[in-house]
Order: sequence, then structure tokens, then C-alpha cells
Amino acid sequence: MPDNPQVVLKITDLVKSFDSTKVLKGINLTVGHREVTVIIGPSGCGKSTLLRCLNGLEPIDSGQIELNGQLITAPGTNWSAIRQKIGMVFQNYELFPHLNVIDNILLGPVKVQGRPRQEAIIDAQSWLDRVGLKDRALSFPRQLSGGQKQRVAIVRALCMSPQIMLFDEVTASLDPEMVREVLDVMLNLAKGGLTMLIVTHEMAFARAVADRIIFMDDGHIVETAQPEAFFNNPETERARRFLNIFQFQELERRRA
Amino acid sequence: MFMKAAWLTVSLAFWGLILSLIIGFFCALVRFWRWPVVARLAGIYIELARNTPLMIQLFFLYYGLPRVGLLLEGRTCAIVGLAFLGGGYMAEAFRGGFSAISRSQIEAGLSIGLRRFQLLRYVIFPQAVAVALPAITATAIFLIKETSVFSIVALPDLMYVAKDLLKEGHNNESNLLLVLSYLLIILPVSLFFGRLEKRVRFAGFGD
Amino acid sequence: MLDSAIEIFTAGRNTARLFEGLAITLKISAAAVGLSILLGIPAGLLMSSKKRFWRVSLKLYLEFIRIMPILVLLFLFYYSLSSVFNINLPAVTVSILVFTLWGTAEMADLVRGAVTSLPRHQWESGRALGLSELQLNLFVIVPQAVRRLLPGVINLTTRMIKTTPFVFFINIPDLVKVAQQIVEVTGIRNPLASVWVYGVIFFIYFAICYPISLFSRFLEKAWQN
Repeated sequence: MPDNPQVVLKITDLVKSFDSTKVLKGINLTVGHREVTVIIGPSGCGKSTLLRCLNGLEPIDSGQIELNGQLITAPGTNWSAIRQKIGMVFQNYELFPHLNVIDNILLGPVKVQGRPRQEAIIDAQSWLDRVGLKDRALSFPRQLSGGQKQRVAIVRALCMSPQIMLFDEVTASLDPEMVREVLDVMLNLAKGGLTMLIVTHEMAFARAVADRIIFMDDGHIVETAQPEAFFNNPETERARRFLNIFQFQELERRRA
Repeated sequence: MFMKAAWLTVSLAFWGLILSLIIGFFCALVRFWRWPVVARLAGIYIELARNTPLMIQLFFLYYGLPRVGLLLEGRTCAIVGLAFLGGGYMAEAFRGGFSAISRSQIEAGLSIGLRRFQLLRYVIFPQAVAVALPAITATAIFLIKETSVFSIVALPDLMYVAKDLLKEGHNNESNLLLVLSYLLIILPVSLFFGRLEKRVRFAGFGD
Repeated sequence: MLDSAIEIFTAGRNTARLFEGLAITLKISAAAVGLSILLGIPAGLLMSSKKRFWRVSLKLYLEFIRIMPILVLLFLFYYSLSSVFNINLPAVTVSILVFTLWGTAEMADLVRGAVTSLPRHQWESGRALGLSELQLNLFVIVPQAVRRLLPGVINLTTRMIKTTPFVFFINIPDLVKVAQQIVEVTGIRNPLASVWVYGVIFFIYFAICYPISLFSRFLEKAWQN
């Protein structure tokens, strides 16, 4: 939040291209401690790529990324260590199908961080309890609904005690009736003071959860604003057009 | 005599299979990771192994190599030959398993900080083996059957003894023993792998 | 070193004999593949039909053939057929027979796999049109199954070719047997004979099988939809 000046993530002049197409054309962004930043924008605007660059899933062309003041884009970065501090949740959950829920969650804390198993289990159980999946610890992913899987995926990332969480369109693959349960979990995390960077298409959710909205188009950050200001009165023409499309879809949905 | 021969067949097949699995796994692995030169070499090896008969490979090892100064005894030839052939087939079986693992599964593993070996050990390997198991089974049985040519490198295996008996005119007895021995060797292997496949499938896929 | 190779392959009819051996190898594989396809298709259709008797007995047959090494089958038919039933078949015929027995089983399984992978409504809409069982198979099922089948059939062909060296054991003068004879004759004078001759037939097999497996892979990719 703006009233907390401590910076968790600082992105400077980030450029990324696939082959000859530039996807990110100089991104500058700062995320403060306990701040919830929501990135929205049309598909193909580069918002998912931005998230993937932040934990090294995509190599970048130029620019700098700092995590808690540490430059993580220098050559020879120990990505394993960095990724432990950055939690990521994917669109398609990506639970490990051969492990049950508790083993999915424990893999990181026990094998990567070397924490005692018993201690990690207690931690995992309390998180599962908080997302309403207390009794599912021994289920396999195939036995869970999409919404349940995504909540497990969130817990899996949380149990690494990350300094920031990245959410990459985490409700995009879910059936409509399961979207709510996942968004509720995220809303609670935001209230609890977790630093979050969220890419989403759920406008109402974005409005409710965000401390700040980032609107991206064509590889640029076009607009940065408070949620109320952004949704009521966007400053740029592009943002206005984008929101119009959504309002229209909203109307269609109501008529149908 | 038949017992001894059967034991020889079993032990040669066993070691050949173990080596095939190891070679196959590593060939598939370097190809999966696209290690520059090694992956290329593994690719060439796999094609050579899969597109030539074991018998010719054995002839070359047993009769050819000593002429250029590398003398291998029959037993070694047999195991090396079977491992050479089987490594190529097992590599293809594992490749199928590896290719069934999506890019995003690997990214999920990376995102919780798994290092390269941990990723292999906890995410890639268990899933790849489960997917590859039917192909591994088929290859294992194929390889055990291929051991029947080992008598050409002068090893007293089942076929060798059977041929001896044939020369003495015991056609039917020897053939009957032959059929029974191979049934007794291969049937348990086939059943064992069948059970294993069921267990692995049960343990959690179909996501 | 190269001299010894030239000497072997130019001496007498050595090269010509190798080609004769290769011809026998290819003849046996071609005949067996052809017969296997011919017999395997009806067998496969029976296996995927509802006729319990055929399903079970063909499954047993397939499992037996799968478990038995081809070499054992060759011995069985070459040596026991004559003594038990008093039938004396030439070695080449026996080998074609055995390869066909094996190929038919594999082919039937391929056909069964291809047919059962077709969606059920194909049959239902065919029957709804009033087609007889034969017409249904001939006009609806087979043409669709062929696409799913062909890569497997080509694969089976290379496996047959790679298995033909086994006929060496029942004294058919195939590529391997000829090679061995040449090595035996020239090996005394020319110590590198075994390296050259076995090396060459190694690459002959490779030169035949590799393009075929490339073709199969190409088809698999092209039809993957």
C-alpha cells in the first residue's frame, strides 16, 4: 500500500521479445510491501509474459528486476533461491498428478527448503483449513474439482512463505460456479496483507481486491490508477474502449 | 542340463534388461534436455540399434571385433549386444513417457524452486515412467525373446541345448521343453508388468 | 585395410551371392507381410466383434505367439512338423509359415486397436442406414481404420525384416548365412573378413529398415489429427 514505502519488487525498462515480435516494450513497475496490484488488458498485451519473466520462466532481453533490493536479472542468478521467494499460481493449476494433495504441498518446503516434514505438515494443514480443504489432504488431484485444485495450488505456493505471490489468470480455466471459491480465497489473502501481483479478466474482482490497477496494452503500461478512479473514469481512450467491451459482455450475460 | 541352460538365459536376459533400461533412460534424458552434441549422438545410436537385427550385432561383436584387437567372451558379447539393442528400444519407450509431460508441469516444478535434479527426481521421472510402462513391458518381453539367438556366440543357452538334443534325434521332447521353458520365463514377467501397470494407473492419473 | 575389403567383395561371386542372400531375406519378409495382412484383417475384425468364441481363442493365440520367441516357433515347425505329422516342408516355406503366424497375430491386434479406437456412432449411423455387417465393415469401418493402421503395419514390416536372420538357424541361405560362409572361406587368408562382411550386412539392414521407419514416422505425423 502506498502508506508503506517498503518496495518488494522493482522492474526497470523490461524488454522481452519472442523471435522478432516485441512483447514487452519497456515496462517500469514498482510493487510495495503488502500491496495488491492487478494487471488487466486485452489478450496478447503481454501481461502473462510479464509475470513469467519475474520468476525466470522466460529469459528477458534487457532491463532490470529487483526483488527486495537484490538484482535478480544479473547473469548467474540462482533462480532456485529466487523462486522460493516468489510464489506462482498458474491458469491450469499444474498440480503434480502422481502426488496427493499434501505431498504436492510439501515438495517445496521439505525438498527445496529442507524444513522438517512434521513442521511443514502442520503449516500445510493450517493453510488447507483456511481455504476450506482440511479433509482433502490425502486426495489425489484427479479426485478434486477445478476450484479445489486451484485452491491447493495456491496453498502449495503459500507454504514456501513467499515474499510476493503471482497469479496468472487463475480462474480462466474454471467452470463459472467455481470461480467464486477461488476469488474468495484470494480476497482473504489480500486482506491478510499478502503482497500480490494478479493478472485477471474478472473486472469486478479486480475492483474489489486491488490497491492499484495497471492497464497494459501492446507491451506497454498504458495507465496506472486507483481502482475506483480507473473503473469509473479511465484516463486513456484505450482503457475506456477495453472497459466498454467488458460492460457489453456483462449486459449480454445478463440478458442470456 | 535344461535347467542350467534356462538359468543362463535368465541371467543374460536380466543383465541385458537392466543395462538397456539404464542406457535407454539416459539416452531419452539427454534428448529431452536437448544437450547439444550428446543428444545428437544418442539419436544416431538409437536409430542404429533399432534398425538392425540383434544377430548381426552379435556376429559383429563376437567374430568381427577380435580381428581388430578387442576380444570379448561370449557371455559379455551377449549382454553387450542385448544392451545395445535394448537401449535403443528403451530410449524410445522412455521418450514417449517424457514427451507426455507438459511444459507447464515443469514450470510448476521450477516455480516452487526445484533444482534440475529434484525436478527430474520428483516431477518428471515418476510421471514419465508411469506413462512409458506399457512400452517398457513390451520391450522387455521382446528383449527376452531375442535372447534365443545367443547360441550363435557359442553360449550353452536353451536354444543351444535344444539343438544338441535335435542332433541326437529327440525332436519333440526338446521342442516341448523349449516351449515350456520360455513360457515359464516370460509369462511371469508379462504378468508382473501387467500388475505394475494397473497399480501405477490407479495411483493417480486421468487428470 | 581397405585393400582387404576390396579383396573380399571382388573375389569370386561374393558380392553377387550376398545379393542373392538379400533377395531370399526380402522374399520371406514380403511374402510373410503380405499373407499377414490378408489373414490379420479378418482375424482382427473377429477379435473386435462380439463373438465371444473368436475373441477368446484369438486372444489366447495372440498371447501365445507374443510370448514364444520366433526362433522357438521355427524349430517347432521345422523339426516337429516332420516327425509328428510326417509333413516335410522346405525350409523357406516353413519360415514364411512361421512369420505369417506371428505377423497375423500382430496384425490382428493392430486391426483390433484401430477398429476399437473408432467412435461408436460410426457403427450406429452405418446400421441406421441399413447396411449389412459386411457392407458396414467394407465401406465404413475399414477405410477409416486403415489410416490408424498403416504406421503400425509399416512398423511390423521392419520388425519382420529384422527378424529374418533367424532363418539362418534352419539353414536357409539368407543374407546372414551367406555372410557367414564368405567369412569362413576368406577368413583364413584375410583376417579382417569378419569385420568387413558383418559390418557391411549390418549397414545393409540399416539401409533397408531406416527409410521404412522414417516413412512410418512421417505418416504418423501427417495423419495426426
